Amino acid sequence: MRLSIPLSLTLGAIVLAAAAACGGQPAPPPTPTVDSAAIRDSIARAEAARRAREDSIARARAEAERMAAERRRADSLAAVTRETERVRGMLGEMINFDFDKSNIRAGDAAILDRKIAILQANPGVTVTITGHCDERGSDEYNLALGNRRALAAKEYIVNRGISADRVTTASRGEEQALDPAGTEDAWARNRRDEFALAAGGQQLRAPAGM
Amino acid sequence: MTRPLFGLALTLALAPPALAQDTVPPREGVRVGITYEPGVRPGVLVVDGPGDEWLDSVRAILRRDLEYGDYFEIITLPPNDTTELGIGAKGPSGEFVNFGLYAALGADFTVRVRPGETSTVFLYDVRAEAVRREMPVVLPPLQDAGFRLAVHRVADEIVRAITGQAGIAATRFLFLQRGRIYRIDADGADLQPLTSAGTRAFSSAWSPDGRRVAYTEFHEQGAQIYLQEVDAGTRRRVGTTERGLNYTPTFAPDGRTLVYSRSDESGTDVFAYDLDRDCCLQRLTSGRFADNLSPTFSPDGRRIAFVSTRAGLPQIYAMSADGTGQELFAPFDYGVTGSSNAPDWSPDGLSLAFHRDVGGSPQIFLMDVQRREVRQLTSAGRNEDPTWAPDGRHLAFVSNRTGNRQIWIIDLETGRVRQVTRGGEARLPAWSGRMY
Repeated sequence: MRLSIPLSLTLGAIVLAAAAACGGQPAPPPTPTVDSAAIRDSIARAEAARRAREDSIARARAEAERMAAERRRADSLAAVTRETERVRGMLGEMINFDFDKSNIRAGDAAILDRKIAILQANPGVTVTITGHCDERGSDEYNLALGNRRALAAKEYIVNRGISADRVTTASRGEEQALDPAGTEDAWARNRRDEFALAAGGQQLRAPAGM
Repeated sequence: MTRPLFGLALTLALAPPALAQDTVPPREGVRVGITYEPGVRPGVLVVDGPGDEWLDSVRAILRRDLEYGDYFEIITLPPNDTTELGIGAKGPSGEFVNFGLYAALGADFTVRVRPGETSTVFLYDVRAEAVRREMPVVLPPLQDAGFRLAVHRVADEIVRAITGQAGIAATRFLFLQRGRIYRIDADGADLQPLTSAGTRAFSSAWSPDGRRVAYTEFHEQGAQIYLQEVDAGTRRRVGTTERGLNYTPTFAPDGRTLVYSRSDESGTDVFAYDLDRDCCLQRLTSGRFADNLSPTFSPDGRRIAFVSTRAGLPQIYAMSADGTGQELFAPFDYGVTGSSNAPDWSPDGLSLAFHRDVGGSPQIFLMDVQRREVRQLTSAGRNEDPTWAPDGRHLAFVSNRTGNRQIWIIDLETGRVRQVTRGGEARLPAWSGRMY
């Protein structure tokens, strides 16, 4: 602030010098007039600006709320999708068989029990069971064996209360191996029933406690 | 097998028989010297000589067909020596035929092709010094689709003229490779796909006249049977195979009935379908707790052998063509004998070929139908899905003896084997009748 006086003096000197350089008379001071229209305009402009400010705040607030709602909706949709995927995974879990056998192994009964609970919780769902074999048996016989493997799983499910018309069966014999390695492990993996959703699987509810 | 004879390097075109893998006793004699010995396969010489590519091809196909027929020992000569054979040269009494030289070479019969608009195939009986058969035949140009088959028919007639029974050169196989049905000539030439890429086929069968084939094609869930005209390529679905898995089709010997197996929720059973009337599906087996599949007709069309699991493991049973009189066909020891599958009834009706698990691998077995006696034919590797040649002497099957599964032919008289297919895994062969 101590510099303000010398600075204004300096500026005054520059202004005087400029006026002298023009060589003419100094311009008369403007006559003060009262323009009421201009005043009204400026008030209106200020008012409009205020309204715009308020609108934009309101819009931003609404947008934020909308996005939050969307997030909530997406979260719940994701939850539903996650549940559907989880249930679908349980429904698709394969069961395996001993060589040239079509009986349900004791350890696989729990897998089928889960499917029964899911079918009960989702009455619109129908499934297709497809039996498969390893490549060691006879090619033609394996189609019949795969058919029997699919029927064994269907029988287990239907005997426990699921309507027979919700479960269809098929066989691919040894024609669609999961693992072509030709080892004991690969053969064991290839001897299987696959479970596919045929209808009603867009949204799946998990049974209570699962 | 090369030895000097009259200054000629005489090569007996004997592919070393691959007997090691098969337990059939070889009855093949060893040709010693140049004299004919009873019990030894007769020697046949297909005479070479000046000729164009067409004539060379005809001779080469004939020579190979006769070789593959396993009746004869084919005598081949180095190309330079053929001029000394003097065949076709004019002598004082018509055409001069050097019987003395053929006899010295070990030939019992000599084949000569005289090309023309209508070609003539001469079959000489060397020991009798006479023409055994003179066959006028119109052979198409080399590029003609029917060329090879026409030459195969000549080879079959030569076999008939010598042995009384036609050869099997003019026959073909159907087989499954990478999901498609292919057709191939019995000599391994002229491979053609019959089903489109992108579809998945399964078992197939020839109609008795060789003009149609039936095969299974997988669809979304089921598998349907199609009837396809071999030449035209047109096909139609067998109406009664809309639902379930329908497979192992086989034609009755009169071509009017198609018998196949169907797997569905009631199990697997054998059905008969009236092709003539395009209707009238008849269920031949009924086993809620057993599977019944893979039917094969006796040549008189009155019996059907098939596979059934009614005793637990699959074994071979038989019934009348209407499904009555079902009985165990191929004897087995319960709890000891392995699974038996894929029966095929021989064209003479006397023998049934099938495969049976021995120590975890399928092997080819033959059953004497009259005596119900079973003997094992192969012993090493996997050997499965036998199919008879129309001569009842040759049997084709799938074997993995060279690594992957391929189609092989065994001559039951000599034990000689040869490979038909190559490349990707070939499965489920079906041998046609003669293509006449």
